[in-house]
Amino acid sequence: MLVRDAGEKIGLKLLAGEAGTSREITGVYICDLLSWVMAHAGKGDAWITVQTHANIVAVAALLELGCIIIPEGVEVEEDTLRKAEDEGVPVYQSGLSAYGIAKELYRMGIE
Amino acid sequence: MEDIKYVFDVKKDDFVRAGETSSKVKKILRELGIDSSIIRKISIAAYEAEMNIVIHSTGGQIVLEITPGVIRITANDRGPGIADVELAMKEGYSTATDRVREMGFGAGMGLPNMKRCSDRLYVTSSEGTGTHIVIEVDLKAGEQGE
Repeated sequence: MLVRDAGEKIGLKLLAGEAGTSREITGVYICDLLSWVMAHAGKGDAWITVQTHANIVAVAALLELGCIIIPEGVEVEEDTLRKAEDEGVPVYQSGLSAYGIAKELYRMGIE
Repeated sequence: MEDIKYVFDVKKDDFVRAGETSSKVKKILRELGIDSSIIRKISIAAYEAEMNIVIHSTGGQIVLEITPGVIRITANDRGPGIADVELAMKEGYSTATDRVREMGFGAGMGLPNMKRCSDRLYVTSSEGTGTHIVIEVDLKAGEQGE
């Protein structure tokens, strides 16, 4: 499923990185420890994290993750959004919890 | 393929630009047509080496060398050095500050990730002189690009 379609279907708010929304989401990874994500997240994963500083964009770009989803309405720094725009890494915001987002993605067939 | 070498400066505490060196490394390898699984390993190892310089050192350099058989990342910093390298290699061990941990760094996985993603890892360090890390990934036939 395309990042764009998944984002629209579960009502995620796109904050930056629209250029990257035509890539595929192939899985979901939830973690806030960056080195842990580096070790375990897979290419194409939607990464759900409450970390909002600019380095999350570097992690997502290096691993070629599908997108970053910030749960529970957490605000994202301007630096992060600028970098996401530059790198074409989609950053979404959701009012749902990490588990709530994961459930919605699962319902859409991302298993 | 001729040997290629790039040198990048990495500043301490620059969390906004942190990761840019690893991104450049990745782009260079991609342009050379290196196998994607090798690029992933080098990207992860380079990121961890870069973040270690940003978080723990007073600044340093990352060097990328590409030779026909090996891709090598060398990270040199100006200190303060690692007191106990063996302990630092243990997953979960970290000397990161609370502020850095709140940002999601300092999981104690930097050196273990470098080891996992490399064919050889050399770490030499002593307090006062800085840390010198060499990460090597072998290139086999078919993985070397043009």
